[in-house]
Amino acid sequence: MLRLLQLELQKLLLNRASKVLIFISFILPFFIILLSSIRFNVFNYFTLEVGHYGVFNFPIVWHIMTFFASYFKLFFAIVVVSMIGNEYSNKTIKQNLIDGLSKKEFILSKFYTIVFFSALSTLLIFIICMLVGLFYSSIDEVHLIFRDIEYLLAYFVKLVGFFSLCLFLGVLVKRSAFALAFLFVLFLLEWIIYGVLAWKIDEGIATKIQNFFPLKSIYKLIDQPFQRIAISKAPNGQDFLYDFAVHWYEFAIVIAWTALFIFLSYRLLKKRDL
Amino acid sequence: MFVVFVINHCGFLFSVEKINQILEPILTINNLTKKFGYLTAVKDLSFTINKGNVYGILGPNGSGKSTTLGIVLNVVNKTEGNFHWFDGSISTHNALKKVGAIIERPNFYPYMTAEQNLKLVCRIKGVNLSKINEKLEIVGLLDRKDHKFKTYSLGMKQRLAIASALLNDPEILILDEPTNGLDPQGIHQIRKIIKDIASTGTTILLASHLLDEVEKVCSHVVVLRKGEKLYAGRVDEMISSHGFFELKAEQHNELKTLLENHASFGNIKVEDQLITAFLNEPMDAPTFNKLMFTEGIILSHLVKRKESLEEQFLQLTDNTEA
Repeated sequence: MLRLLQLELQKLLLNRASKVLIFISFILPFFIILLSSIRFNVFNYFTLEVGHYGVFNFPIVWHIMTFFASYFKLFFAIVVVSMIGNEYSNKTIKQNLIDGLSKKEFILSKFYTIVFFSALSTLLIFIICMLVGLFYSSIDEVHLIFRDIEYLLAYFVKLVGFFSLCLFLGVLVKRSAFALAFLFVLFLLEWIIYGVLAWKIDEGIATKIQNFFPLKSIYKLIDQPFQRIAISKAPNGQDFLYDFAVHWYEFAIVIAWTALFIFLSYRLLKKRDL
Repeated sequence: MFVVFVINHCGFLFSVEKINQILEPILTINNLTKKFGYLTAVKDLSFTINKGNVYGILGPNGSGKSTTLGIVLNVVNKTEGNFHWFDGSISTHNALKKVGAIIERPNFYPYMTAEQNLKLVCRIKGVNLSKINEKLEIVGLLDRKDHKFKTYSLGMKQRLAIASALLNDPEILILDEPTNGLDPQGIHQIRKIIKDIASTGTTILLASHLLDEVEKVCSHVVVLRKGEKLYAGRVDEMISSHGFFELKAEQHNELKTLLENHASFGNIKVEDQLITAFLNEPMDAPTFNKLMFTEGIILSHLVKRKESLEEQFLQLTDNTEA
């Protein structure tokens, strides 16, 4: 396993484009959050201090951070599709196989890399949340700090699921640009199907069905936190009904998709003549 | 070491006969078939590659050479039949770690240097990194090892590919059109490297449509046409021929009638003053010369030749033309 990970890391880290994209997707959010936690003085007119809105308090900080940081996954998605696309365009996939890598090992080395970077990103988010949270919150009870920490796990599963989808698309169409276009098409398709279902049947059922779709189920792991912030600010917040929790079945759906995408990538590669 | 020395001086065919005594199969192919849709690229192909021999796979373009190699190298899926490496006890991808192969164009990561590319190959094959410099030295790229692959010329890329194939000190080296697209110097360099490797007793499988290339290094050939095997065996037994004499004499007509009536000769061809007489049974040049002398014919030109591989190949492919 370490050998396969080492192989893929060498391929990625010696490539300048992937290095930059990895930096953007994992290191940059770290700095942005740090910067935003500092008090801004906008041209002396007013001071903007994000922290004042309570967004950096435990336990909501877990939710907000993971939600925003997960948008940076799009940059690493480019790396994932290009790590397949480049192997095809350089024909190095052929050479790798001839040199004695099996097709299974080839897919696994990509998957391990995905898991590695997702774990790394989760770790970074954990660190930043702890720093910012401890700085802004007055809470110092351990069980309160780590309440809602399941968002971190959700974040990890979300990244692995999304990148596995990208990996599958990369293997499917062999070219990075087309794979990204495909991703966008899939996004549109999910909403079109949702629209048709909502129109023909009813909205409730359509939403339930849509929650099983790959992109939507991945998104759904961490619900948007705006309503939650609003609720916490509203005088009688309990009146709003908004389910923002992370549920086990949401995990189950995404994990099932992940397994399917990796399996399909392998099957596709196995059937293919290179 | 002494054996190797002798081999270098006696020509390669000789050494092969010596090593050939121990038949240790490296690659066994049984009834292999590959279909691309309606097209059958390889049809019911069987042959065995034994340790120590230098094999050539001959065939015109599109005869299924590369497809066959692709199948045994794990990149093309077979339709029917089977093959196994060595004694068949290890999986194909593990067997490939003991094989060195170059197919078609050299494929490396353009953004990595030669050394980094080879490091990756070492990691795939599970080979010690210390081999890198040794093999780069063999192909003469040691001084360019820190340059990126994309800055290399085609000849250098091909040489790097050979270095990469040699990293694991392979039991068999597979080369598919290794001199394709190279300039004369490049071709010369690659051939020299191949000959040097062959002289160390490494088994080589060389696919090519360049017949002189195969003739120079191979002891055995497999001839393919349209995916079918026409011949597999030793180069010198490819067609049952005892060679032929090219003759010229003052007494042209007497010579011709004599040859036509002699039991040892079959086909007689006459081109201008040059008579080509094909042998039905073995006969060496001194015996023939003596015979002519006793018959009172004085030859002004006597050459004994065997058909070149090219002639044999054309004869073989023509004979079986449907």
